[in-house]
Amino acid sequence: MNLHEYQGKSLLKSFNVAIQEGIVANNVDEAVAAYKQLQEETGTEFAVIKAQIHAGGRGKGGGVKLAKNLDGIKEHAGNIIGMMLKTPQTPGGLNGEGKLVRKVLVAEDVYAPDFDANKEFYVSILMDREKKCNVIIYSTEGGMDIEEVAEKTPHLLHKEYIDPELGLQSFQTRKVAFNLGLSGKAFKEMTKFIASLYKAFLGSDASMFEINPCLKTGDDRILAVDCKVTLDDNALYRHPNLAEMRDTDEEDPTEVEAKSFGLNYVKLDGNVGCMVNGAGLAMATMDIIKLSGGEPANFLDVGGTADAARVEQAFRIILRDPNVKAILINIFGGIVRCDRVAQGVVDAYKNMGSIEVPIIVRLQGTNADLAKKIIDESGLAVHSAILLQEAADLVEKVLKG
Amino acid sequence: MAVLVNKDSKVIVQGFTGKEGTFHAEQMIEYGTNVVGGVTPGKGGNKHLDRPVFNTVSDAVEKVGADTSVIFVPPPFAADAIMEAAAAGIKVIICITEGIPVQDMVKVKAYIEDYDCRLVGPNCPGVITPGGAKCGIMPGFIHNPGKIGIVSRSGTLTYEAVDQVTKAGLGQSTCIGIGGDPIVGTTTKDAVELLMNDPETDGIIMIGEIGGSMEADAAHYVKEFGTKPVVGFIAGQTAPKGRTMGHAGAIIGGADDTAEAKMKIMAECGIHVVNSPAQIGATMLEAMKMN
Repeated sequence: MNLHEYQGKSLLKSFNVAIQEGIVANNVDEAVAAYKQLQEETGTEFAVIKAQIHAGGRGKGGGVKLAKNLDGIKEHAGNIIGMMLKTPQTPGGLNGEGKLVRKVLVAEDVYAPDFDANKEFYVSILMDREKKCNVIIYSTEGGMDIEEVAEKTPHLLHKEYIDPELGLQSFQTRKVAFNLGLSGKAFKEMTKFIASLYKAFLGSDASMFEINPCLKTGDDRILAVDCKVTLDDNALYRHPNLAEMRDTDEEDPTEVEAKSFGLNYVKLDGNVGCMVNGAGLAMATMDIIKLSGGEPANFLDVGGTADAARVEQAFRIILRDPNVKAILINIFGGIVRCDRVAQGVVDAYKNMGSIEVPIIVRLQGTNADLAKKIIDESGLAVHSAILLQEAADLVEKVLKG
Repeated sequence: MAVLVNKDSKVIVQGFTGKEGTFHAEQMIEYGTNVVGGVTPGKGGNKHLDRPVFNTVSDAVEKVGADTSVIFVPPPFAADAIMEAAAAGIKVIICITEGIPVQDMVKVKAYIEDYDCRLVGPNCPGVITPGGAKCGIMPGFIHNPGKIGIVSRSGTLTYEAVDQVTKAGLGQSTCIGIGGDPIVGTTTKDAVELLMNDPETDGIIMIGEIGGSMEADAAHYVKEFGTKPVVGFIAGQTAPKGRTMGHAGAIIGGADDTAEAKMKIMAECGIHVVNSPAQIGATMLEAMKMN
């Protein structure tokens, strides 16, 4: 689960990580009020208006603006709230349709007045799958695309692995601060920043923190100016306050709906829908569709209990996509009996009245023969198969018309 | 005698009296697995499925000599259950549970390193040595005793491969479901290595998916130490970047963990890579004939 910048910052602040202060606003009036409050609390003269969407590169699409006075606040907040923001990371990229901005963060200007004394760093924390421990990745090259840094100047990217049993040690926070070239007050601030940040990472069961930029100010404070936070979905039960931050507006509405029915669905751009039990087999089924001359329209794992109600919901969700020209149902019955699934398919099909696109049903495993009989005798316009290769051949045949 | 589990394994089930534990323990017993008891804290002293229930794994080790455990404990308590099994001296720990927080697994992995045990999973279908022992949730009847070892990160896709192998007239020595999480106890390479050194395994099928570097590590091992034909498939050739495809670990992070990149490395290391998951069994049969 991803957090917005303003949510991530409130999480960081609750663990005493120093942040660029800000107040979230849903409309221009709230932005004006936020600006006034921020001026009182921080003494900032200017303010930065930042679009709150789940995508990076917001500045490139005009989603981050500096306001120098109240009129600037009104102007920029007015322009940004409600805009379709296109960034390199929104669907379709800078030429795509973009993402609707519903909220802005009105943030203090932490760069003034001594611009030359500012220094931007990069800091992130994540779990390293190979080393099976957490790692802090940091660089002097802040404010840039870190993948580019990794590619062009890999020697400027440092990593600090954390012992899973003993945790982050003081020498490690000092090493980070030294490698970032800091001294004096800024050095001390950085060691505190890193220690608090790691506590926040563990304390929130995060799977990724990315602070870019992490700023050293003119007066040697260290602040998180932006943050990208991804939380471990499997650990949300331990953090009900964080789970509440889920913003379903940022997710695909069909995927949200599918989830409420216990279906794991990911929308794709192809022409053949699929319904499968198990994630690995679902991916393999998508690959089979491609090899048969189609493109997968979705990933869909119906899980362990593929009963009529679930199959029907899955049908409805797949068929909502107008690009779908055929549907491949691929179930390997283990504990789940194929004849039950077959009956589910038949019942769902009948409940829905008529389905216009051709359907290929491949049921294998427990009672597969009985299942094929149920499908074949149902009188429905459904192609049935037992072997995976047979199903692949049927997809190819159907697509060729 | 195959690897990890066999007819002599003394198997317990953690989470024995729960719904999942009960259902699958019954299936395991029916298959002929030597289930010697189970553990449910607070229910020790009772009988369940005609077998003793213990309060702790230590009790089960002490009283019935348990050496293998299959874990069906819910996600919030599963990490604890794995550590309990390791500390009690269980040698093969198979964790079926899906949905364990990653940071719990970071701790578990470090903790169990100090013990002489092997963890398989979590988020896996388990391990089966056909005709010997079924330790997990896989349907027993699709398996046939034979000489092909199977390693996979997936559940139903493993069953698919097993079925194809059986239909090709070959059987399986041991099938190891290593699990779909970002951190698993036994990696692809670990499992391939076990099978490569098993005198009863003549060929290996390795099924991977997008995300991580386990298949590349296994491929490099095969190149250096391989003595048996290996057939490989990677699911997710059509998966988009940056999206989790069902399994927590199935996410493309960079250029190295796409299906394409993994298949390329596997082919370079001498593995018979199949593009279509429908050709796993036939390709294994071919490879065995060539050998």
